[in-house]
Amino acid sequence: MVIPFLLVVSISLTAESSIVNGGYRLIPQVFSLEAYRYILEAPLILLRAYGVTIFVTVVGTVLGLLFVSMTAYSISRRDYRYNRITTFYIFFTMLFSGGLVPGYILITQYLHMKDTIWVLIIPGLLSPFYVMVMRGFLMKTPVEIYESAKIDGANEYRIFFTMVIPLAKPALATLGLMISFGYWNEWFGGLLYIDNEKLVPLQLLLVRMMSTIDYLTTNPYFASQVDIPMDLFPKLSARMAMAVLVAGPMTIVFPFFQRYFVKGLTVGSLKG
Amino acid sequence: MDKAVIRPQTMGSKAAKKNWFAREWKHFKKNSELFLLALPGVLHKLIFLYLPMFGLVLAFKRFRFDKGIWGSDWIGFKNFEFFLTSDNAFRVTRNTILYNCGFILITTVSALTLAVLLNEVGKRWVKVYQTALFLPYFLSWVVVSYITLGFLDHSNGYLNHILALFGTEPVKWYEAAKAWPTIIVVVNLWKGIGFATLVYYAGIIGIDQEYYEAAKMDGASRIRMVTGITIPLLMPLIIILLIISIGGIFRADFGLFYFIPNDSSFLYPVTDVIDTYVYRSLKVVGDIGMSTAVGLYQSVVGFIFVLTANVIVKKFNSENSLW
Repeated sequence: MVIPFLLVVSISLTAESSIVNGGYRLIPQVFSLEAYRYILEAPLILLRAYGVTIFVTVVGTVLGLLFVSMTAYSISRRDYRYNRITTFYIFFTMLFSGGLVPGYILITQYLHMKDTIWVLIIPGLLSPFYVMVMRGFLMKTPVEIYESAKIDGANEYRIFFTMVIPLAKPALATLGLMISFGYWNEWFGGLLYIDNEKLVPLQLLLVRMMSTIDYLTTNPYFASQVDIPMDLFPKLSARMAMAVLVAGPMTIVFPFFQRYFVKGLTVGSLKG
Repeated sequence: MDKAVIRPQTMGSKAAKKNWFAREWKHFKKNSELFLLALPGVLHKLIFLYLPMFGLVLAFKRFRFDKGIWGSDWIGFKNFEFFLTSDNAFRVTRNTILYNCGFILITTVSALTLAVLLNEVGKRWVKVYQTALFLPYFLSWVVVSYITLGFLDHSNGYLNHILALFGTEPVKWYEAAKAWPTIIVVVNLWKGIGFATLVYYAGIIGIDQEYYEAAKMDGASRIRMVTGITIPLLMPLIIILLIISIGGIFRADFGLFYFIPNDSSFLYPVTDVIDTYVYRSLKVVGDIGMSTAVGLYQSVVGFIFVLTANVIVKKFNSENSLW
């Protein structure tokens, strides 16, 4: 399962000439850090993209967790008068939606969010699926806890922030990880709404690299008419190095958080 | 609540109404704190999901930016007609449904198998397998498309490299339509299997150990325990996931179908799905009316699918249905 990813790492560490002569190999024939040097020599674009992605991931995860858990908490309360209707209201959006175009028009024409960093964060803040997982988790907590807190004079906000959030730590960790990966890997919003060079997130940068290089190398007319040697094209290994730099941070982070996963999912996903 | 209906309507309707309002207001005040906690989420959904639903009227209009949504002219079902009478409708619908059916079948079966196997291996190794299985799930489709390129690249890719060892001519994979159904299924399985497996594995862990101990006392074999205990007890979970995925049968994973084939027009006959089609007609062609119409078609048919799946499940076993 991991091998395909290692292949990319290996390509990124192979010298360009070796690729041109021998194609991609699992173990680099001629080891070289040239590709990384090539990218890091002009780091501005990459750094900016990292900045955008990190900002989006951090803010999106914090706000997302807050939104999801607040919503989930109130609909997890069986004594909440509007719990059924709110649950249906949230859940229905998983079943039926206006589709891509009306959403696109709303965001570009009416909310004027095109080419702002918020367009990468706000529309995806509240996933109904995560709300359901969180609600499933919270419903397992005995109501008596809340009742006794109320008798002690706590209001709902206090109960939520001082009791529910600490209690829900495993679920929050799981969802937080999912949400942050979602934001880190987000490209669709960028593809649709970002033209401004300064706001290009990492994934979109990768998309653009892919399409500009590929337009030249796979276009049959271009390839047959113009006889350019392959090594004049933007570096093959540099492209893979880019992919490694984009995916790398998350693949390093994720094993550490993994233990929360089974726990969070066990409690959450069963009979939500 | 029901008692209120039985009570004879002696009061004037105005007074009753006022009474109703007063009562509701009292209830509301009692629930207002929880209501406020849910409010951000509710508003978010209102703005970003319910409001766009009004935009669906665009499907019946010839949209012009200067006239806006409400000012544009009505053209009835022309947009649908245009889409449905083109070859595209059949092609993208067929691709979407066939791929999704394939994914559902293959993923469910292999994820269940892996989850059962995962439960059999020793505790220490579970973590290692889990991490390995799960890693691809956390790569974006863009990164995965780079990985695929590493395999399929015409002149440098691994696959052609291996073929060359056997003396076969290199293949231009990004123009070879025939291979793509397999490629798409394999890539999707590779990326998604970890998550599906983990969900089932979590389900298995949640099963009460006493069942297994009892079965062991009766001398049941491991296979017997899987078919007799694990699978039946996982059924509710399997069915819920099935309903959800059947509901999504009309929705394709845009990233998979857009990035992995590299948006190569040679491959449209076998890789174009409703979602990529809508995206292209919006961003490339700019036909807003028609892409809305296709989106509406997708939503409505998808919705019917979920309802049907749910009704069927309810018929067999009402416990397992979604609602």
